[in-house]
Amino acid sequence: MKNIYKKIISTLVISAALSTSAVAIEKLHFVIPGGAGGGWDGTARGTGEALLKSGLLEQASFENMSGGGGGKALAWLIRTQPENTVMVQSTPIVLRSIGRRASYVSTDAKSGVFSYKDVTPIAGIIGDFGAIVVLSDSPYQTFADLVAAYNADPKSVKMAGGSTRGSMDHLIGALAFQAAGANPNDVVYIPYDGGGKAMAGLLSGETQVLSTGLSEAVGLGGQVRILGITADERSADFPSIPTLKEQGVDAYFVNWRGFFGAPGMDAMDRYELGKMLTELQTTPEWEVVRKRNGWVNILNTGDDFIAFLEKQTEEMTVLMKQLGVIK
Amino acid sequence: MNDGILIGLETAFAGYNIFMVVVGCFAGTIIGMLPGLGPMSAIALMIPITYGFDPASAMILMAGVYYGAIFGGSTSSILINAPGVAGTVSSSFDGYPMAQRGEAGKALAIAAYASFSGGTIAAIFLLVAAPQLAKVSLSFHSADYFALMCVGLLSIAAFASKGQFLKAMIMTCFGLALATVGQDSLSDITRFAFGNINLMDGISFVLLVMATFAMSEAFMIIFKKTDINFKASDVSKKKLGSIKLSKAEIKEMVPVIGRTSILGFLVGVLPGAGATIASFLAWGFERGIASAKDKLKFGKGSIKGLTAPETANNAACTGSFVPLLTLGIPGSGTTAVMLGALLSFGIQPGPRLYVDQPELFWAVIVSMYIGNVVLLVLNLPLIPYIARILAVPKNILVPLVLFFSVTGVYLISFNNFDIYFMAIVALISLVLRTMNFPMPPLILGFILGGMLEENLRRALLINDGSFSFMIDRPISLGLFIVMILIVLMQVYQIIKNRQTNSRDELT
Repeated sequence: MKNIYKKIISTLVISAALSTSAVAIEKLHFVIPGGAGGGWDGTARGTGEALLKSGLLEQASFENMSGGGGGKALAWLIRTQPENTVMVQSTPIVLRSIGRRASYVSTDAKSGVFSYKDVTPIAGIIGDFGAIVVLSDSPYQTFADLVAAYNADPKSVKMAGGSTRGSMDHLIGALAFQAAGANPNDVVYIPYDGGGKAMAGLLSGETQVLSTGLSEAVGLGGQVRILGITADERSADFPSIPTLKEQGVDAYFVNWRGFFGAPGMDAMDRYELGKMLTELQTTPEWEVVRKRNGWVNILNTGDDFIAFLEKQTEEMTVLMKQLGVIK
Repeated sequence: MNDGILIGLETAFAGYNIFMVVVGCFAGTIIGMLPGLGPMSAIALMIPITYGFDPASAMILMAGVYYGAIFGGSTSSILINAPGVAGTVSSSFDGYPMAQRGEAGKALAIAAYASFSGGTIAAIFLLVAAPQLAKVSLSFHSADYFALMCVGLLSIAAFASKGQFLKAMIMTCFGLALATVGQDSLSDITRFAFGNINLMDGISFVLLVMATFAMSEAFMIIFKKTDINFKASDVSKKKLGSIKLSKAEIKEMVPVIGRTSILGFLVGVLPGAGATIASFLAWGFERGIASAKDKLKFGKGSIKGLTAPETANNAACTGSFVPLLTLGIPGSGTTAVMLGALLSFGIQPGPRLYVDQPELFWAVIVSMYIGNVVLLVLNLPLIPYIARILAVPKNILVPLVLFFSVTGVYLISFNNFDIYFMAIVALISLVLRTMNFPMPPLILGFILGGMLEENLRRALLINDGSFSFMIDRPISLGLFIVMILIVLMQVYQIIKNRQTNSRDELT
């Protein structure tokens, strides 16, 4: 019985202590443009968790607003311009504005297509490499096995991904096949509504391969085999997972993840948030979350972040033209 | 495994964890009762609070909120025809007519007993076979989900009796059409949004159900002026609050609970289905096997018709812990939030969870037994008081219903457009209702529509555009055969009824 009271009291003390410490930004609402359990979800909740645990933030709330591959949350952020709210985003915000996806096309004729330029870029914090995943009892031992099977019969390899056609999951897989000398346009891509359902699709045997991020793939543990990741070097945290490059497939793709504020966000708030996220990466609490998820720190704040986004837009336009996704 | 269960028992019965169960169940009941509020956002809000707890305690708390919300969710369905959670829509089909008859207390008691039984029986299945059930979770392909949704759609047959067939079909198609509004989840093309950004997100379920059920019901009461002075004068308050069930009524419930708890649990285990589909299937299934006499009672306050969905949705809720804990795959938004919480504790659910973390795995399951008992003890004594809401004069109750339905919708989107849209939908459904168009097929079509389309299109992609999966996949084939049998049975009964009717006319 004593133990119960101890625990209750300690919880109360912790919450009391947290509510009195003074920080610039006390509470933050994280908007997650995709379903729970996906990569955006892990990033927002992981960041929120580390911010709370390290005492940099007092209160965090999370909201999943999935729809149209992130277009819904983006439109919502532009429409409602909420305060103390950040939206987690990643490479798709760039890809989609290039591809002029319907969800990113504004109804307001003047603004044309929504992109990162319509919201306030705060910081890019991490990167995650793409991963090509098969079941642990799959006949495909290496990526070359998979490509051989694909070349023999493109329809025998169905590739699952957690978002719509033309999304990043689709591009990662197509890029890997293209780099291996196969025709990426014949890849049968099977879209699912969220990373969790795509994983279920692979585990149930309805698809043969899953194209996803490394951080999501390692979550499946021993149930799957990761054939290769789209990095130049093996991850320090998961040294047993091979890269595609070492298998002679030169496919490099990093999906950055970062945070954006509403358009017209206060410059001071933007600066404070950037500072908070920079400080976060030096804390041991962040290190725990980062390592657990297999993320790579790639910090980019303020104007550097905008410059980075501009560069990526250029590179991706070339890549997507190569893949035939846009003309 | 038995050692694991023992450790789980010890953890679950620790004083602190029993406290967690009680808190979780209480919070869940309240959240479930309020229309518009769901367990998902409540659990998401809890993640920062549970930081510092033992992972097992945190999961026990969150699980309590989840099944507590499904337990309490039937209250608003039964009393004011305003299902707050998708899983309790079908509870209003028979629960609301019962309450209108003055048997609100009885309806709430039936819902409580059914929920308790469904939750407890499902928890037993979990305890006996959770690790093995992982295989069941993965047995369904997109094609099979499509077949399952088709079977679910058949429950509209219930509203097709007595010359209503065409009207029920029209409403189903209307619901299916509404489900296509917004961004397509497979190709990312916007459909039927008419350039309106508010429609690009699609129509929210809560909005549609509040407008067609709660709001239009409130309008109906306003237009039927004679009803306004109804103050439960013709029904004594005692009867309204009475929770006593007769032996015959209990006898009627028991076999229904037995069947629908198994059905609900199995549907819940599938990551692509869940409590909503389970409750519709259970309701349709029980109606399908009921005698011709009982069948007529469905939708008009049948005890079986209330017991079935209430048992199934709680069993499904418990079943959804199978893919979550044994595979690390979230089947619903709520379990996805719980997966996030588990990950934030550094726990990776999957096939090794019950080996590596037996205290957490089994404690969560054992806590579900305790939780269901807590819910029953918590809810039963409150029923007579809650039921008396219906004794409130209509000129006070109607504005309250309107208030709750409008705030419930607004709190989801914080978008004024939704309120205008809701009022328009409510007016349209008012007109349709006065013309005797049934509303449940609309909601059913809407809920199943998105999943039907998505799974069919995915199945076609996987099968290279061929419909052969309907025959090649044993599960799909089985489900389609069941479907054909149900349709044939229905046709046979109609023909038989016509024959007896014409014979009656002759004599």
